Amino acid sequence: MSDKTNIVLTGVGGQGIITAANILGKASVNAKINVFTSEAHGMAQRGGTVICTVRMGNVSSPLIPSGSADVILSMEPIEALRYITYANKKTKVITDINPIIPFTVAVGGCAYPNLEDVFKEIRSLAELYKIDALKLAKESGHIITKNIVMLGALAATDILPFKSDILLDIILDNVPERYKDINKKAFNSGIRAIKNLKDFLS
Amino acid sequence: MMEITKDMVGERILLLGNEAITRGALEAGIDVVTTYPGTPSSEIADTFSKIAKHATKQDRDPGFYFEYSTNEKVALEIAAATSFAGLRALTCMKHVGLNVASDAFMTYLYLGCKGGHVIVSADDPYCHSSQNEQDNRYFALFGNAPMLEPATPQEAKEMTRLGFELSEKLQIPLLLRTTTRLNHARGPITLEKLQKPRRKGHFERDSSLVAMPNTARVKHSALLKKMKQAEKISEKSPFNTIIHIGKPKNIGIVTSGVSFNYVRETAEVLKLDVKILKIGMTHPLPRMMCENFIKSLNTLVIVEELEPILEQQFKAIAHDIQSDVKIYGKSTGHFSRLYEYTPDIVAEVLSKIFKVKNPFPKPVQPKLELPSRPPTLCPGCPHRATYYAVKKAAPKGTIYPTDIGCYTLGKAPPLETADLLLCMGSNASTACGFAIATNQKIVSFMGDSTFFHSGIPPIVDAVHHNHNCTITVLDNRTTAMTGHQPHPGTEYNGMGRPARLIKVEDVIKGLGILHVEIVDPNNIKETTSAFKRSLEFKGPSVVISKSPCILLELQRKKKSGEEIPVYSIDQEKCKQCKTCISQFGCPAFYFAEDESIHIDGTQCNGCGNCVQICPFEAIYTKEESK
Repeated sequence: MSDKTNIVLTGVGGQGIITAANILGKASVNAKINVFTSEAHGMAQRGGTVICTVRMGNVSSPLIPSGSADVILSMEPIEALRYITYANKKTKVITDINPIIPFTVAVGGCAYPNLEDVFKEIRSLAELYKIDALKLAKESGHIITKNIVMLGALAATDILPFKSDILLDIILDNVPERYKDINKKAFNSGIRAIKNLKDFLS
Repeated sequence: MMEITKDMVGERILLLGNEAITRGALEAGIDVVTTYPGTPSSEIADTFSKIAKHATKQDRDPGFYFEYSTNEKVALEIAAATSFAGLRALTCMKHVGLNVASDAFMTYLYLGCKGGHVIVSADDPYCHSSQNEQDNRYFALFGNAPMLEPATPQEAKEMTRLGFELSEKLQIPLLLRTTTRLNHARGPITLEKLQKPRRKGHFERDSSLVAMPNTARVKHSALLKKMKQAEKISEKSPFNTIIHIGKPKNIGIVTSGVSFNYVRETAEVLKLDVKILKIGMTHPLPRMMCENFIKSLNTLVIVEELEPILEQQFKAIAHDIQSDVKIYGKSTGHFSRLYEYTPDIVAEVLSKIFKVKNPFPKPVQPKLELPSRPPTLCPGCPHRATYYAVKKAAPKGTIYPTDIGCYTLGKAPPLETADLLLCMGSNASTACGFAIATNQKIVSFMGDSTFFHSGIPPIVDAVHHNHNCTITVLDNRTTAMTGHQPHPGTEYNGMGRPARLIKVEDVIKGLGILHVEIVDPNNIKETTSAFKRSLEFKGPSVVISKSPCILLELQRKKKSGEEIPVYSIDQEKCKQCKTCISQFGCPAFYFAEDESIHIDGTQCNGCGNCVQICPFEAIYTKEESK
C-alpha cells in the first residue's frame, strides 16, 4: 500500500469539480490525513475543460506526476481520456457516460469521437468503470448531485485512506437541511453503481 | 460563524492558498484591505469581502475596512496612506496589476511605511488566466522591497502574519510573491489567535514624506540601509532552511516557492542524497547562509520557475567567494524560463543531472483526436448579442481592439471580434492609434469595470484629438470574469454597504463625447442601427451596451421565482441555414447526427436572442420552465 493517494478530478466547467475536490480535502483533514488539492479558477471556468488534483498522505505537492494517479474521476467521457497521461495500467478511471459536446465541434468542424472508441482506448491504458451518473443523480432528486454520485463511486473503490462515512458527513455538512436527503441518496447510488460493476467483473 | 474567522487556536482547517493569506492577515490584526480583482489573486480579497458582508448583514463592524478599489494603483496609494497613519494594510493584485501600481510602488519604497503593509503579487506562470507570465520577483529587486515566497497554504498564512511584523520593523512595505499553484492550492492550516485591529490611526506630519528631489535622495540612501538590516533578518529567518534528504555530502539544491514541493518529493522518490536550501525570504538573500551552503558543495542545482533570479545571484556569490561549485540551472539548459514546473519536469531534469532512473513513466497521450474545449461566452451572455450586432453593422476590414474580461472570448469563431489586446484599458488607446494610422473603421470593446479601471484616460485622448473611432463599453453591471465583484458602477460596495453608483454614460458625456448611444444588446436590431450610426459619425463615438451578466440574471430570476424559459427548434421550419451556429455561436446549439440543429435544454439560459436572429422563425419557447 502506497503512502500517497492521488486523485484526478476532471470534467467541464460548472459540473461541481472544484466542490468535489474541496469535499475530499475537508474529509481528509477530518480524518487527520495530510492533503493538498489544486484547482482551476478564472478563465478556465467558462465552460472549458477543468482538472483538479487531490493528493493525500505523504505528499508535498498538489500536482500529480504523470502515470501516478490512483483514480481519474471524470464527469464527462472524453475529459477522462484527455487526462489519461496521469494513468497507469492499475489506475481506476471512473467516468460518467454522458457526453457534453464542446462547441468547437459545432463551429470548428472537429468531431466528437465515437464513445465506444473512447472507452476502448481508456480500457487499453487503465481500468475503466463507466457509470450513468447523470441518471443516478436525476433519480436521487436533482441533476446537480452528479458530482456527489461520482464521489460515492470514488468511495466504493476503497482507495481513500479513510471511511466513506467521513466523506458523506462532509457532504451533508455543506448542504442545507432540505437537500441532505437527495445528497445522501446520490452518494449511496454512486457506491452501489461501482459495487455492481465490481460484482459483474468478478 | 464562518470557518475562516474561527478563533480556535491549534485547530486545523482546509484553506485555499488565497484564503490562507486572508487568515494570516486576520491573525495579524489587519486594519485596511484594498485590491483590484484579478486571477489568481481574487479569492484573497473576495474572502475579506465575504467576511465584511457577513458582518454588515448582522449590523456589526468586521474590524477592518475593505474595498475593491478603482484600479491597483489607487488601491496601493489608499493603503499606503493608511499605513502612514499607523494602520496595518494589505493590498492584493495579480502580477500585471503591480505594473499598474508600479508608479506608486517604486517611490513608496523610498518613503517607507509606518503600519505594516503587505503587498501581494499573484504571478501566473503558464499564463493560465493572464496576458503574460512576467516574474514579479524582479519588482522586489527593482524597487528594493523585502520579499517572501510561500510554498504551501500553511506557509502563506504564516508569511502574511509575520510579514506585517517584518514590514513594521523595517518600515518598508513587503512583497508577498505567490504563484497560481499556491493561490489555487488547498492545504491544511493550523489556526493561531486572531488579533484585534486598531481601526483608526493618526497621521503625524513628517516633511520627509513629500517625495521631492532633496527628500528622495535622502530616502534612497535610507532604503538601502534598511535593506542591509533586512539581510540580517533574512540570515535568521525561519523561512530560510536547509532540509536533508538521504545522507547528503556535497550535493545541494536551492529552490523557492512551489518549486520546493516538487524538489522535495522528487528527491525522495529518486532517493537522492541531497541538501535542499529552501529560501522563503528571497529578497534580500541571506548572503552568509548562501555562501556557507555553496562552500559545502561541489554540485549545486537551482530550481525556480520563470526567470533565473536566484541562479544569477548564486552565480555571483560563488564567483565572489571563488568557489568552483558546478551550478546547474537555466543557463546550462537544464531548466526552462518558460511556463510552470511540474513534478515531471523536476524529476526529468534531476534524474538527468544525477544520472539516476526517472521512476515516473513517460506520459502517454491519447491516440484518438479529441476536440478542444476552450472557455466560451456563456449561453445567454449579452456580449454575444452585442458582437453579433456589431458584425452586422460594421464593414469588412473593421478593426476590433479588445480588452481584459469575459468579452476577450469574442476572439473565438464565429464572432471573431478581437484583433488586438495589450493590457487593461488598451482597447480605447489602440483604437485611437489605428484611427491615426489607417482609414479602416474601428470598433473597440471594454467592460464596465475596465472602463473605470483605466478606460477613461484614452477616451479623453480620443475627444481632445478627435480620433475617428467607435468605443464600446460592454456594461454588464459587474466584474464578471474574476467572480462578479462590484465596481464604481454598482450600487453596493465590497463590504455589502450601499455605494454611490456612477453611470458610465454620465462620465462619457462629461468627457465631451458628442455621439453617445445607449442600447440594450438583447434588442439586436436596434443595437445594429446604433453601431451603424456611430460608425458614420465623424470623430469619436461611444456605444454603451447595457445588460446584466446572464449569470447574475439567472440568480436574480431564481431568487424571485421568475420563470426561465427554454427555447427549442421547430424542425419543420428550420432550413439548416446555421445562422444560430456559424454566425451567432451560442454553445447551447448542436448538430444531431442527422445534421439537424437542436438546442440543449440543460445549457440554454433562456435569453431568447436566437429568436431574433433566426431568419425562418423556427425557434420557440417551450412552456415548461427549467
